[in-house]
Amino acid sequence: MPQIPPDSHTIEPVIRVHGLENRFGDQVVHEGLDLDVMPGEIIGIVGGSGSGKSVLMRSIIGLQRPSSGTVEVFGQAVHGLDGDEMADLTRQWGVLFQGGALFSGLTVAENVQVPLKEYYRLPEALMDEISGFKISMVGLPIEAGPKYPSELSGGMKKRAALARALALDPRLLFLDEPTAGLDPIAAAAFDILIRTLADAMQLTVFLITHDLDTLHAICDRVAVIADKRIIANAPIAELVALDHPWIQEYFSGPRGRAAAAGLDRGGTDATHPFEKAG
Amino acid sequence: MPAAPPKPKVEVARLPGDEGDVLALMGRLTVARAATLEADLVQAMAGDAGPVTLDLAGVERMDTVGAWIIHKTLRDNPGTRLANASEQASRLLAEVSAADRLCAVRPELDPFWQRELTKLGLYLVQFAQTVLAGLGFIGGTIAGAWRAATSRRGVRWNAVLVQVEQTGVNALGIIGLMSFLIGIVLAQQGAVQLRQFGAEVFVVNLVGRATFRELGILLTAIMVAGRSASAFAAQIGSMKLAEEVDAMRTIGLDPVQVLVLPRVIGLIVVMPFLAFYASVLSVVGGGLYCWLALDIPPAAFVERLREVVPLSDFWIGQSKAPVFGAIIAIIGCFQGFQVSGNAESVGLRTTLAVVQAIFLVIVLDAVFAVFYSALGFN
Repeated sequence: MPQIPPDSHTIEPVIRVHGLENRFGDQVVHEGLDLDVMPGEIIGIVGGSGSGKSVLMRSIIGLQRPSSGTVEVFGQAVHGLDGDEMADLTRQWGVLFQGGALFSGLTVAENVQVPLKEYYRLPEALMDEISGFKISMVGLPIEAGPKYPSELSGGMKKRAALARALALDPRLLFLDEPTAGLDPIAAAAFDILIRTLADAMQLTVFLITHDLDTLHAICDRVAVIADKRIIANAPIAELVALDHPWIQEYFSGPRGRAAAAGLDRGGTDATHPFEKAG
Repeated sequence: MPAAPPKPKVEVARLPGDEGDVLALMGRLTVARAATLEADLVQAMAGDAGPVTLDLAGVERMDTVGAWIIHKTLRDNPGTRLANASEQASRLLAEVSAADRLCAVRPELDPFWQRELTKLGLYLVQFAQTVLAGLGFIGGTIAGAWRAATSRRGVRWNAVLVQVEQTGVNALGIIGLMSFLIGIVLAQQGAVQLRQFGAEVFVVNLVGRATFRELGILLTAIMVAGRSASAFAAQIGSMKLAEEVDAMRTIGLDPVQVLVLPRVIGLIVVMPFLAFYASVLSVVGGGLYCWLALDIPPAAFVERLREVVPLSDFWIGQSKAPVFGAIIAIIGCFQGFQVSGNAESVGLRTTLAVVQAIFLVIVLDAVFAVFYSALGFN
């Protein structure tokens, strides 16, 4: 389970966001947003629709230049790096976009090989083996390898995109609503997959989700975005006890209670997808 | 074990041990060093057949690719043992050995000639299907027009007006500029040739007749096909992808009446005006060139224009305009409705719409030319 050291102040955070401000014209999305993500943890980011979860992720991975504030990943300021430095940084993280964002002109296996080919000179045979075991690791049948993304179901696309995100063995993984659009069985299986891989590969995971089951099942901590900043950042058990109207409504509404109850029925971790899905 | 070297990298050292040789791996077993690691290991394992122990005590960091190479070595050399693997390394090794399946990277392909024959066959089938479906669509549009004309709701004239604005009024700038320039080019090229016979004054005949009868309408139709057939295909295609067309049907709206008819009627109405406008600007361009380069004053140019261009040229050009407008609109809408699956298909259908619309416009123009010549209009 999580590798959060008892005294987390001695350990450098993997992601450090300080005083982040994002504005689009007159619309202010973030203002004075602070967030630290510790190595080895799975942090869930929740917030209402339009609260800027994806914008936060895009700011951290350098796709969106913030109006002000600093973003550091692995101790390096993301905004302000030159091309090569940015490439060195980006190969240390993997990103799973909401729609998968697989390259439609390439097969699944070729998609997985894109980052490998870009950064490393590996023998062809080794490259094919790597794409093969990565595809199996994310739980895809090997028949999926030579298929094009348009031939895959939604759940398979997500898994293939995860395989591509993991191609370079990143230390940090960004997931944007990984279980959105999946049926409950597939979503629960995806939760377990993320937890298993994160443990085996010692990943730090930044996970945006609306899925209360995911939050309960695999997140070590949950950060809540509301009022343009992070209003709470704590393990879910503590979060539920907080006295904030939005948090109360989110976690103690009918769906929040159902997810919590489902977890109690299913045990303390996510090893019983079918009970959870029921 | 010796201390890790200052600049860690993979090193494979072979040490003789009590139970066979020991291969000590040191440094980082990561994807960055995968190529050399694999080669080194293969080399170190080759040679003698005695049992070997892989010692991972000196490994600083291992990722799945490193684990994969270790796993492969263990798998391919039975009898090989592993020693001093950290908990993390064992976990990774278990993970990759569970995922040991080789998958194809690309789909299997048939032999070359078979593929080409399949392509040809598919192309022919598709061609026949497109022709049939296109004819069906024209029929459906006419039936839709009849339903609209006889229904209480009638034709959606507001939508027609919107189309007139988008396909006509908004196109005035580009079509005007294009026609004006074509007029100048036509006059200039004509003048170069006719000067050899001292017959520069016949430039007026050339510009006047060619524009009103052929070029004005043809170039306008090509421009409209590029502008509006593509727009129709993309608009209707993305509506179809977003299930808006299905939503219309469930509400009881007829997609032909709502989407197709306004576009077809709009273009039928707007094309004659655009063609006339284009012809006039073309003539203005030609006249300007005559005035500036050939010293034919505008009054003389117009005078001569009235003498040499028969009114039939104008009517022949105008008669083609609504037909071209209808065919462009129908092709655009037809291809829009053919969209299915993903966003890629919108792009494909949009391209097809433009190509087919321009092609059909030119074919129809040839038919008109033969037809009117046969009627004796020369």
